[in-house]
Amino acid sequence: MSPPPAEVPSYLTAEAGLWSWLRTKDHKRIGVLYLVLVLLFFALGGFFALALRLELLTPEPDVLGPMAYNRAFTLHGVIMVWLFLIPSVPTTFGNFLLPIMVGARDVAFPRLNLFSWYLFAAGGVITLWGLFQGGADTGWTFYTPYSTTSGTDVLPILVGVFIIGFSSILTGLNFIVTVHTLRAPGLTWMRMPLFVWALYGTSLIQVLATPILGMVLLLVAVERVAGIGLFDVGRGGDPVLFQHLFWFYSHPAVYIMILPTMGVLSEVICAFSRKNPFSYRMIVLGTVGIAFVGFFSWGHHMFVAGQSVAGSGAFGALSMLVAIFTSIKVFTWIGTLYRGSIVLSAPLVYALGFIFFIFFGGMTGVAVATTSADVHWHDTYFVVGHFHYIMVGSALMGFLAALHYWFPKMFGRMYPSGPAIGSAVLIIFGFIVTFLPHFLLGNMGMPRRYATYPAEFQALHVASTAGASLLAYGFLGIAGYLVWALVKGPLAGDNPWRSHGYEWASHSPPPAANFLTPPEFEREPHDYTVVEAPRVY
Amino acid sequence: MSELMRRMLFLPEAASTFATRVDGLHFFVIGMSMLVATGLAVVGLVFLVRYKRRPGDAPTTPRVEAPHWMEALFLSLPLTFFLLWFVIGFLDFSWFNSPPRGALDVYVMGKQWMWKFAYADGPSSVGVLYVPAGRPVRLLITSRDVIHSFFVPDFRVKHDAVPGRYTQIWFEAPRPGRHAIYCTEYCGLMHSRMRGEVVVLAPADFEAWSAQEQGGDVATLSPFHEGAEVEEARGPMAARGRRVAAEKGCFKCHTEDGTPHIGPTWLGLYLRVERLKSGEDIVADEAYLTRSMMDPDAQVVAGFLPVMPTYLGQLSATDAAALVEYIKSLRPARPGEAVSQEPVYVPTSR
Ligand SMILES: [Cu+2]
Ligand SMILES: [Cu+2]
Repeated sequence: MSPPPAEVPSYLTAEAGLWSWLRTKDHKRIGVLYLVLVLLFFALGGFFALALRLELLTPEPDVLGPMAYNRAFTLHGVIMVWLFLIPSVPTTFGNFLLPIMVGARDVAFPRLNLFSWYLFAAGGVITLWGLFQGGADTGWTFYTPYSTTSGTDVLPILVGVFIIGFSSILTGLNFIVTVHTLRAPGLTWMRMPLFVWALYGTSLIQVLATPILGMVLLLVAVERVAGIGLFDVGRGGDPVLFQHLFWFYSHPAVYIMILPTMGVLSEVICAFSRKNPFSYRMIVLGTVGIAFVGFFSWGHHMFVAGQSVAGSGAFGALSMLVAIFTSIKVFTWIGTLYRGSIVLSAPLVYALGFIFFIFFGGMTGVAVATTSADVHWHDTYFVVGHFHYIMVGSALMGFLAALHYWFPKMFGRMYPSGPAIGSAVLIIFGFIVTFLPHFLLGNMGMPRRYATYPAEFQALHVASTAGASLLAYGFLGIAGYLVWALVKGPLAGDNPWRSHGYEWASHSPPPAANFLTPPEFEREPHDYTVVEAPRVY
Repeated sequence: MSELMRRMLFLPEAASTFATRVDGLHFFVIGMSMLVATGLAVVGLVFLVRYKRRPGDAPTTPRVEAPHWMEALFLSLPLTFFLLWFVIGFLDFSWFNSPPRGALDVYVMGKQWMWKFAYADGPSSVGVLYVPAGRPVRLLITSRDVIHSFFVPDFRVKHDAVPGRYTQIWFEAPRPGRHAIYCTEYCGLMHSRMRGEVVVLAPADFEAWSAQEQGGDVATLSPFHEGAEVEEARGPMAARGRRVAAEKGCFKCHTEDGTPHIGPTWLGLYLRVERLKSGEDIVADEAYLTRSMMDPDAQVVAGFLPVMPTYLGQLSATDAAALVEYIKSLRPARPGEAVSQEPVYVPTSR
């Protein structure tokens, strides 16, 4: 391992000043720019989650009235889904690491990459402005005819999310072309790091599904402005048509959120158990399978919405196939630990939490995809619990695992290990206390999106709110030690984890050009049969 | 055994034939998940402890890959269970979607924010669905405005109420009892108050209730009654007011028969003493009624939400006067009859 020559500055110091960041075409800087925005949005979405939980402490409205509550859950949902979860891993760690992992100097279209960030920022600002001044109360799902007739101002949010959609499409396009054209010598398809595979699968979904979202949002906007009657039965329209179009995007969108974090998991588990993946092929098969079959299961959101019985049956069966691709990944990750050399660092703690949560999130997903059982659980807290296990339990744990694994790679400094593990345990525990009661509430029949509720549900709501406060402390803890590490943390060195992943073949933090000499990857990533970590180019 | 499972999982009592049928599958899916989770957790923990890195361990690990048979097992074992659940579930789902012949038909209409029930032979009710025990009941569900969802947790039964469509589900409650109804599709401001109750009566009691309902209850006029009828009963000005009210959508929130709804009922409203949000009492005279049309948020009656839009500039002076005349004409059958001040129906807790 050669120390970086003193005369070659890292990407962080290559240019100075805010202006140099705002017009950068360096994928690493763009990744950091995204990270800043995404973390801000996450804090905002989390704040509204706490407000909701506080309101739900008692059956009657006391903190928020019904109108404020409805607006708050719309804010929480829109922000978390479109401003945090969808961009969270691909635009930040994906942007930063994908070119390095394939041995390239940058993504295929660096200028387009920067443009995507500006689109995302603009869409984000418009959405937030719409949420705060108009205060839409439609929920993030915009179901018609409520969304087309609601007296609140829905239009700016539709426009904002529409613009964010373009950012998402362009990022996906950029990644696909990068993977196809910029792989370094020696990097065949079946040697690509699993994180790259995950990003590739995600990008395919982003490019293929997001246009449908753009179209359906546009239709709702046109319906609101011009009243063309597409979703209005009074004029020959059909409100359920909206649901089909919406879920055609939004079911695959779940995989936009979860696939990249599955890629993170594969990297983290290999790195911290010092093992090759138990079955590389199965993970690749799972990734591609999810990206493909994910498109054919949207109808499981409409078992009780007036869809034909045969249609529900077909969507129910196809949903089971998606579940299979997730379950083989879970088996493979656990198998990877076998005969490893395991170090329980913060990223691995998050990864283990992820496996736990995706197991229960996935199994409850199978449960609600079982047509007859869904009749009871549909639109209750059981579903709320299910998708929070997937989106918070899994996607967020994956994001935090990535943040802790690649923090030294991105910033060259190390955070203290003790507080990191402590926060991770607190967050996992807090998560269970927050969301496990949701399954029981759903079983009892507590419907979702209720500002007030009958008194018999209160005990479980109190438990959930208590858990949410633990989560808040965990996140404050992370913010504290990461900011400290950014300023005062000890220098991490090129490869503090001694990981054999490809991304560690450049300096940490990497120079602006990623590599000082063109890299060649001679071994598979995470080949721990050899002693030395990958050579630093 | 299944009673124990039900309590552990916080499921409510199984009060329909479908509930007993589908609960078995709930227990199978959840029990199996728990079993596999325990297995995986044990295996994972054993690996974590057994293969933890200790000082002096070699920096290398052997290359281990899953053999083909294991990969095939990972694929086929969960798939077998998933498909088994799918088949059981779909059989029950088809059963649930095929109402038997001879079922009692009840028309269910959701509107913001209440449930209305109408029976083929005449009676109707708001908020409370009366059904006989031991007889299949088919619900024909629709909505008058946005999408709602009719949900009875004790029956494990739910279906969306979609405007412009009648969707059907059915259930059979074997025993008399009372069961909560919730709206589970978000429908706006008072979504969480859109509750109701199913009252399952013994067959004889149901017959008695039905007969009584058919006999009485002619005093109420639906908003769609003929104008001539109203004119005859209440005079031309009131009749005009009623037409205006129907055109301007007043009946979306106000009722004329004392039924609690989003806004105060108009029945007996004129000269009623109302307690305002601010705590002061006012008399609902002509001035108050007119002001409430033009500046509704100024003096909101306590217990109601300030959701009424202003009609300033939308009502001509004559129309406004006609409305007031119409409201004045709505007097309770017996003077001093109590009028509920609750905005919408909330079931009594059990
Ligand atoms: Cu879905
Ligand atoms: Cu409703």
